[in-house]
Amino acid sequence: MLNYITRRVIGTIPVIILISLLVFMLVQAAPGDPADLLLSDEATPEDIASARERWGLNQPVYVQYWKFLVAALQGDLGTSFRYADPVLLMIGDRLPATVELAVVAILIAVFIGVPLGVWAGARPNSWVDNVGSFFGFFGISMPSFWFGIMLILIVSGFLNLLPSAGRNTYGIADDPITGFYILDSLLHWNWKAVWDGISYIILPAIALGTNMLGILMRVTRSSVLEVMHDDFVRTARAKGLSEHKVLWRHAVRNALIPIITVVGLELGTLLSGSIIVETVFSWPGSGSLLIEALNSRDYPLITGTVLTYTFIFVIINLTIDILYAAIDPRIRFDK
Amino acid sequence: MTNSVLPQSAREPVTGGTEHMRDFRKALGPWLKPKIIVGGTFVLLLCFMGVFSPLISPYDPNAQNLLNTLQPPGWWAGENFLGTDHVGRDILSRIFFGARISLIIAITVVLISGVVGVALGAISGYFAGHIDFGIQKLVEVVWAFPPLLLAIAIVAFFGQSLIILIVALVVQRWIPYCRVARGQALSLRTRDFVDAARSLGASNGRIIGVHILPNLLQAALVIGTFAMASAIISEASLSFLGLGVPPEIPTWGSMLADGRTYISTSWWLALFPGLCIFFTVLGINMLGDGMRDIFDPRLKRSGTGTG
Repeated sequence: MLNYITRRVIGTIPVIILISLLVFMLVQAAPGDPADLLLSDEATPEDIASARERWGLNQPVYVQYWKFLVAALQGDLGTSFRYADPVLLMIGDRLPATVELAVVAILIAVFIGVPLGVWAGARPNSWVDNVGSFFGFFGISMPSFWFGIMLILIVSGFLNLLPSAGRNTYGIADDPITGFYILDSLLHWNWKAVWDGISYIILPAIALGTNMLGILMRVTRSSVLEVMHDDFVRTARAKGLSEHKVLWRHAVRNALIPIITVVGLELGTLLSGSIIVETVFSWPGSGSLLIEALNSRDYPLITGTVLTYTFIFVIINLTIDILYAAIDPRIRFDK
Repeated sequence: MTNSVLPQSAREPVTGGTEHMRDFRKALGPWLKPKIIVGGTFVLLLCFMGVFSPLISPYDPNAQNLLNTLQPPGWWAGENFLGTDHVGRDILSRIFFGARISLIIAITVVLISGVVGVALGAISGYFAGHIDFGIQKLVEVVWAFPPLLLAIAIVAFFGQSLIILIVALVVQRWIPYCRVARGQALSLRTRDFVDAARSLGASNGRIIGVHILPNLLQAALVIGTFAMASAIISEASLSFLGLGVPPEIPTWGSMLADGRTYISTSWWLALFPGLCIFFTVLGINMLGDGMRDIFDPRLKRSGTGTG
């Protein structure tokens, strides 16, 4: 097992280096000189030259990449052109909001999608199954950004129930401990702030989680359906267990592996989905930071955000592969 | 004596015509499912709107009328069936033309990804060895990016144009084809009919083209259907972020972006284009699901819901 983990971790390193090279090449190949873009129209050629000097833009490309890679390995992703702050710090500031949103979205997807799928899979072709399948199709076909806009329109606009933008009411939060507002407020025993945080996160989390909910429902349904015909389910029934116990103790437990895989696989989609949902709800996460960076052509910030997202994604996939091997020993012999 | 006692052949004299009908019905049978019929209807509707948009649109989709901005839907009574946007453009006409652009982009993206993916996958699986290693490394690196992120970066760096948008949407979408094609090619290359072809002196190109590729088509068709749904969503997402096609081309995504701005006063701006995206993607997904049930139940869980 340890051998497998070591091999997988080492195998990831060249991938990460190639990713950084790809992103760097993308920035290089892009038309337009950032120094031209960032300085005002009145900048003299000398101003531009000194800016290029300062940002290292006049060095050969491979030197720039090497410096970029060495710095990145030391945790230095450069300085934002626009804000003159270290990129890593800026991302670090915004990342907790994104993680908080993603976690709540996953919770919504799992706690609604899985029971719905179990329910539908246990009674194929019943009305429950039909309703569930409709939800499944609804979830996988719903564009999250439109769903978000409609939630704002109906829940915040017509019904005036929940706020439509931002992360909390100004001035209500205590000093951050972890950066996760809801968790921080819980740690401070500030119930008003907890509710405030929840009221802000519900709509974006629903918009973000619906896609995963649909996929989870469909996968759970088909894997429960498959398992229900297995011998061990028949044995459990023959023992005289109640149908409820057969379903939840025996069938669902064995249907869990594909469900966990899908949660893992869909994390990436969720991560990029959050970029759009954050924009819809003005959620101050790293996704909206990326969009701000794109709009101002802040190259180091774009590169840094893209690399951070990809790095997180690679780590998630690696973790899932390893978890998977831990659950199912057959996998280790495959590769 | 009732009919039911008689054997099939006695009740129904076998003539050429009925035999054909029965074969026809047998072949059609699996396709006559609610999923496929409903999904197919939505897709046909999209194609109709896209192909005939210049004929059925009541107005020029880009014609502004600053005296007639943000008009609510007039339905059958008013001048603008679905209302107008913030610069007075007719929403219905923009939706028809948006269908056209969605269709063009999605079909192009799916075709290019399919050709690239299947070709690389077939080559990778057929030749194995170094070529396989190289192609699989490329797959690994490109696939390591979260969906849509690479597309966002490409459009952001290279600017807005139809071609760049298509490249950005293809960049990760060929991979599912490549993976499935490689797997199939790996197992096909050792089969007897491939050996037979080789011993008859067929070149590698001929073996791949004549013997391997036809076996990959069904899988590619199913992947392509889901890829089309995801391409439409991705295109709309990019347009929504202002990273799609140039602003003078009406798209559902950019209409939604306008709709978001005016959401508190004019709900129709955001409602209708979104409904179109939703029903289009729903239809394609249902169609793909039905096709997968028919062609290959083993393909389950591949390619759904990316982006």
